[in-house]
Amino acid sequence: MTNTLDPKNEAQDIDQVIVRFAGDSGDGMQLTGDRFTSASALFGNDLATLPDFPAEIRAPQGTLAGVSAFQVQISNHEITTPGDAPNVLVAMNPAALKSDLGRLEAGGTIIVNTDAFEERNLTKAGYVDNPLEDGSLAGYTVIEVQMTTLTKEVAKDLGVKPRDAERSKNFFALGLLSWMYSRPLDPTLEWIDAKFSSRPEVVASNKAAFHAGHAYGETAELSEHHYQVRPASLESGTYTSINGNTALSWGLIAAGQQAAIPLFLGSYPITPASDILHELSKHKNFGVRTFQAEDEIAAVGAALGASYGGHIGITTTSGPGIALKGETIGLAISLELPLVVIDIQRGGPSTGLPTKTEASDLMMAMYGRHGEAPMPIVAAYNPSQCFYAAIEAVRIAVKYRTPVMLLSDGYLANGSAPWKIPDVTTLPEIPVDYATEPNQTNEDGEGVFWPYLRDDNLVRPWAIPGTPGLMHRIGGLEKEDGTGNVSYSPENHALMTDIREARIAKIADDIPLVEVEGDADASVCVLGWGSTWGAITGAVRRIRDRGDKIAHVHLTHLNPFPKNLGEVLAGFDQVIVPELNLGQLSKLVRAEYLVDAQSITKVMGQPFTAGELETALSEAVRA
Amino acid sequence: MPETPVTTEVPETSKADWTSDQEVRWCPGCGDYSILTAVQLMMPDLGVARENTVFVSGIGCAARFPYYMNTYGMHSIHGRSPAIASGLAIARPELDVWVVGGDGDMLSIGGNHLIHALRRNVNIKILLFNNQIYGLTKGQYSPTSEPGKVTKSSPYGSLDQPFNPVSVALGAEASFVARTHDMDRKHMQATFRRAHEHKGAALVEVFQNCNVFNDGAFDLITKKANRDNMLIDLKHGEPITFGENGERGVMLDASGCAVLVDVADVGVERIVVHDELQPDPSVAFALSRLASNPTQPTPMGVFRSVDRPEYAEATSAQLAAAQQQHGPGDLHALLHSLPTWEV
Repeated sequence: MTNTLDPKNEAQDIDQVIVRFAGDSGDGMQLTGDRFTSASALFGNDLATLPDFPAEIRAPQGTLAGVSAFQVQISNHEITTPGDAPNVLVAMNPAALKSDLGRLEAGGTIIVNTDAFEERNLTKAGYVDNPLEDGSLAGYTVIEVQMTTLTKEVAKDLGVKPRDAERSKNFFALGLLSWMYSRPLDPTLEWIDAKFSSRPEVVASNKAAFHAGHAYGETAELSEHHYQVRPASLESGTYTSINGNTALSWGLIAAGQQAAIPLFLGSYPITPASDILHELSKHKNFGVRTFQAEDEIAAVGAALGASYGGHIGITTTSGPGIALKGETIGLAISLELPLVVIDIQRGGPSTGLPTKTEASDLMMAMYGRHGEAPMPIVAAYNPSQCFYAAIEAVRIAVKYRTPVMLLSDGYLANGSAPWKIPDVTTLPEIPVDYATEPNQTNEDGEGVFWPYLRDDNLVRPWAIPGTPGLMHRIGGLEKEDGTGNVSYSPENHALMTDIREARIAKIADDIPLVEVEGDADASVCVLGWGSTWGAITGAVRRIRDRGDKIAHVHLTHLNPFPKNLGEVLAGFDQVIVPELNLGQLSKLVRAEYLVDAQSITKVMGQPFTAGELETALSEAVRA
Repeated sequence: MPETPVTTEVPETSKADWTSDQEVRWCPGCGDYSILTAVQLMMPDLGVARENTVFVSGIGCAARFPYYMNTYGMHSIHGRSPAIASGLAIARPELDVWVVGGDGDMLSIGGNHLIHALRRNVNIKILLFNNQIYGLTKGQYSPTSEPGKVTKSSPYGSLDQPFNPVSVALGAEASFVARTHDMDRKHMQATFRRAHEHKGAALVEVFQNCNVFNDGAFDLITKKANRDNMLIDLKHGEPITFGENGERGVMLDASGCAVLVDVADVGVERIVVHDELQPDPSVAFALSRLASNPTQPTPMGVFRSVDRPEYAEATSAQLAAAQQQHGPGDLHALLHSLPTWEV
């Protein structure tokens, strides 16, 4: 592939562009955005994406509720977010224009499919007058294209029925945008070949539309809209573009390889976590067993059963599923068995916003079980880092014989970013030590096995069925320290409760200390966790670029907290915690460290933009 | 995976070897004792090492069972034992996995897991102790209590239509369904052994007396003096008859319902010949409907035992096929499986 896509060199160089594709749910906007992203990744840009779609597979056509959008920022330098305000909005119908115009930057470019701007669609979108004609878009650059008509025209000679041909109009849009931003064409053409190989007429129609869109840009005097975004100078290596759920799935597989014991996934389909089940079910040659259970409770139950049998039991879900799994997670805490519980968070409560992001399950991860039931929490912070977060969750679960909550969210799950593929020989080892021998001597001098006799880390032995001489019974009833026999003794219950608390707290000895990014001598520290990393990093860069000081601490371990967190936070005059909830981490650090943490909150089903945080943080920095 | 030990040579054992050091804490006189003894006496004869045997239970009186067996065992949470045992059996198909629970555990809070474990045909042996009452919570009606049952939570009589566990299992596509009772050790052992020999999910309903909250619920059919006339012994390949001299029998009427008849009235050729292997469960279901409560002649023994792919084996086969087709997992290749580029 060549990096000089514009031999005539007429394209203007720009550092980055933010494009938002918006259309009806049936218009293929996710696919279009995904293809634009893929071509850009292969071209070598840095990028970040934000798929933004409704929960309904096909919401009522032409309505605001049915708008599906995909935002992507591509750049010639390192970026961490899909961008604040899009520079370009592709609106495939009036509803898409109406719903997403407000996001567009002032004076931005709108590309509309004029064929869709007929009375019925205008009415459905709530327009009284056609916005293309009433002057309301005067402040923008509007490029009007009859995408449907032109697509049908090029498909006519291919023998494709007009109705089928119309479906290719998203490829026309993609072709046009590919010309505008000098994207390579081959990756998309190859992808069309592969994806629709069983339907030659679809291949022909999509390719024709794609070429037509590209040619339209070239010939229709759009030369003032011809740009190129050169490859980003990222650290050298081999890269791939990956979304959070895929990275997380691969991280689990990698962890299984590192531990050299099989993975067992018990899962029940739920948005936005199902793709992990889909991905893992493809990789049976890694010895991965996937079990689609009858419900969320059975999913975690089967995973726990597999862990009892010596496998790495995993369950994937979103918030509603965690609510259902709580009792079984409590059992795993009591049994002290490894289990990885993965919560791809979404807007709640109840069914909430299934396809929209939120990070409001932190308190549930922390406290959402009856009794004193602590469990470690690991949080992923960008799509590719989901890979490492998964390995870390498995490492802690296996080493410390405990369920671990791994938090991701809808934004990370579906968002993509380039990932420098690691050398697999550098991944952390995950040692597994099943018990094989008695660990205690009885009065007769015989070796016996005590399932709750602990090592220095307060970890009990993992004696799996099939091991001769170590037969034992475990259960959810309180157990006597050491023997594991049922015990209702008040003193023993107090002791066991303390041990369960202490053994999780002790994991702090085995996780990295927090590092301060930015200015360690600043008076303001922004404390984040999870997917807010991208927007916080972007905001902090902008504030520092203009000469103000600010520090950033980002947590990947939320229980236990890194050992130096309290001390680090105490070193700043102000601690500000941006969260996609109403201030859950801020409550936790207040309770833990008596630090006067201030919240910046957002619960709109959308991630923060760097611009929003820049504005909010700037006030504090300048105060 | 580090070699997981699987004992191939099974040493001779006795009941004592299968008995844990834990004090049994059921009420004196409880039917659970006789079931426990029957199982402990039977286990040495199954040819499975203790370490390869696992008892998984939920919550309830019956669910204390694993504590008393010197095997691996898990006393889990209410209703979830079929799910937990499924995960274990799928992960470790070489293990002998048993599930023990009561009527509340299995049919009320855990009803969903029970039916799905049965339809999937995971290789677990489910012993459902049916005493038609909630014992551990001190006497509320259960999903198998008879309509009108007066209990602490139903002082004016229960309004619930009960489940017939055998009918439920047959409806849930179970490949093995049987019934026995706590007053007949030999029959229990023969039935449990059949369940053990079956490849796939097996459900055995065990009529079990709760002498504290529902004493004598099954007396009318299980007391020695009543058995001849009230228990219908199902024997594969034989006409279904009962009574002191086999004078009573079961016939299918024109609508396919099982009805009780005098053999002399209809002739032995009209009596249903029991066929456990019948792929269609209709006749087994009709037999399960003969008695709606334990006051009527009730079939005992194996209702159904059919061959169907076992789930864990099928799971392992898919893994093996994937490895055959794609080779063992190569992590480096996986991480490079999407389009890549060099910087």
